[in-house]
Amino acid sequence: MSSPERWTQPQPAGTPAATAARPTSEQVIAGLRATSEGGPELVQLLTPEGERVHHPEFDVDFSDEELRGLYRDMVLVRRADREANALQRQGQLGLWVPLLGQEAAQIGAGRALRPEDMAFPGYREHGVAWCRGISPKDIMGMWRGTDHGSWDPVERRFHLYTIVIGNQCLNATGYAMGQRFEGKVGDDNGEATMVFFGDGATSQGDVHEAFVWASVYDAPLVFFCQNNQWAISEPTERQTRLPLYQRARGYGFPGIRVDGNDVLASLAVSRWALEECRHGNGPVLIEAFTYRMDAHTTSDDATRYRHSDELEAWKLKDPIERVRVHLSRNGIADHDWFDAVQAEADELAAELREHVYNLPDPPTERMFDHVYAEANPVLAAQRDEFLSYMSTFAGGEH
Amino acid sequence: MTTTRKTTYREAVREALRDALSRDERVFLMGEDIGRYGGCYAVSLGLLEEFGPERIRDTPLSESAFVGAGIGAALVGMRPVVEIMTVNFSLLALDQIVNNAATMPHMSGGQFSIPLVIRMTTGAGRQLAAQHSHSLEGWYAHIPGLRVVAPATVADARGMLWTALCDPDPVLIFEHASLYNTAATLAEQLAPVDIDHAAVRRAGTDVTVITYGGTLAKSLEAAEEVAAAGVDAEVIDLRALRPLDDATIMDSVRRTHRAVVVDEGWRSGSLAAEISARITEQAFYDLDAPVERVCTVETPIPYAQHLERAALPQQSDIVAAVRRVVAGGG
Repeated sequence: MSSPERWTQPQPAGTPAATAARPTSEQVIAGLRATSEGGPELVQLLTPEGERVHHPEFDVDFSDEELRGLYRDMVLVRRADREANALQRQGQLGLWVPLLGQEAAQIGAGRALRPEDMAFPGYREHGVAWCRGISPKDIMGMWRGTDHGSWDPVERRFHLYTIVIGNQCLNATGYAMGQRFEGKVGDDNGEATMVFFGDGATSQGDVHEAFVWASVYDAPLVFFCQNNQWAISEPTERQTRLPLYQRARGYGFPGIRVDGNDVLASLAVSRWALEECRHGNGPVLIEAFTYRMDAHTTSDDATRYRHSDELEAWKLKDPIERVRVHLSRNGIADHDWFDAVQAEADELAAELREHVYNLPDPPTERMFDHVYAEANPVLAAQRDEFLSYMSTFAGGEH
Repeated sequence: MTTTRKTTYREAVREALRDALSRDERVFLMGEDIGRYGGCYAVSLGLLEEFGPERIRDTPLSESAFVGAGIGAALVGMRPVVEIMTVNFSLLALDQIVNNAATMPHMSGGQFSIPLVIRMTTGAGRQLAAQHSHSLEGWYAHIPGLRVVAPATVADARGMLWTALCDPDPVLIFEHASLYNTAATLAEQLAPVDIDHAAVRRAGTDVTVITYGGTLAKSLEAAEEVAAAGVDAEVIDLRALRPLDDATIMDSVRRTHRAVVVDEGWRSGSLAAEISARITEQAFYDLDAPVERVCTVETPIPYAQHLERAALPQQSDIVAAVRRVVAGGG
């Protein structure tokens, strides 16, 4: 038998240099990235300057009321997001995952969903939750730790937040396969499922497997990837060499890159993709090209790895500002209306703050709840022993 | 003359990495957010600038892939140090760790060795909720073919890495998240550190407290607390979780006749269960009281701060267990 040492001799110095086809790490570090351009395939209906443009395949006529509604949605979810971020900084929430910058992608997708469709979020989908009728209060309760799963996913047709990166894609695939097996696809009244994940998740095996399964079982599933350019500190180039939407081709289904900061285009493309799925032509991949304007979470500090000029460039593409300009320039909304929306947003924030301050701490014994569906004698004994031990401390303090 | 300096656990791991990277050009680091970000717990901060992107590799978000690639690199003689951000994410790489790293040396008839080091943060206590608060080192300690270590002190954080890299087998290093900010004084000239033996961190005569990693400090504090009441506890830091150093444990228990095992894992099927079983197998007739275990409450780890604290082994729980074993028996 040969010695293990035979296989562990020192190797010659030097490792292969990066190939010319992709940026070197030095280039990445120097910030020489062109992330703010989505490329020629980008579907856009409203430019960053607020100009309505038309697209040969994905054009939709929006009523004035719809346009105002989308603006209001985005302003309110952004205000709620900023309030939650501040509450975390004040120690009121354990953690917060900012949505800032991704309002258009989420409101567009969320408003494209029909009540009977199903949605599977990651952990940043506060805007989609809003569209499913879930109050930001419920989301904040979860991040404060006062309850687990504050909404009924069956009633809301919106699954609970998934913290593990990308693994909801498999759950969504299974759900969508179920919709097909139960005969709920095939015509205008069909159902579809949409799953939300990010650019970082596309490197996970689970997402690859979900693509394979959804395609071979023709699942009515829209993969909605918000490419916000960053997976904590890692830029999209660390996950992919080619635009993410092009990956769909390799799995045999359509992939579309939409301007994720354009709520109209996000809505139009999502609506089209959901229609395809409910008619039995799924799955579809949508890459919503957007930008995470804040940190990954409140535990992250984005200034450690990205340059402020990148953020400044994306601020010019702000998802809300372009709608405001469009509404204003075309006489769809006036100054008073904008002020009223802002006042409504501030009122919502005050209400949320008050709600969070008053959330009661759950009792200690609650940690033993729902570990199993029915009482388990071993766990019950541990619970009783634990409570009896806790009662020996003054005021139940541990 | 020996010079000394104050070092944190975080700095000690970083120095160990820097030292290894400097000493052996086969050493390289691979993982998520380890380069530009400097590591999720800031362990590798500055190493990218010092050693460059070929040796400090930020990887795609694919745990199975970077552990698998680490195994491949180790097979051809490199010395990869793979950082899985936390043990929670190692679940995505279980197949590579358990089915490949742990079996290849055996299944190749000894033709291959896997000199791979995998570092990961473990443990709860930082309000990160059930899916990000696991203590699964006991699972890995179940697997033949793996070596599992848990540095609980700054000196071990500094010294274990190099020893692990020199070892021809895959070594998993578990760093408890609560330890990174702890500090200690280290000598400038460091002696080699073994990864085979447990260490007696506090000598005592009345009871043996056996622990490792994140619960060592709590156990030592508990020992001080009971000392005030006249109970002299010996505290053993396991250091190596696989293989376990039975001799140090049994030697102590035969002297004190009482044992308390403190383990942040869940009680059922735990490392604490294994140690307790070994004590009854090897030192049963030396015991004056049944072995006690202090473990985490058997529920998913709560997210709310007060619930999480209540669920985890605390100093007061250890003190209570010590008092019970001392009161019990003859």
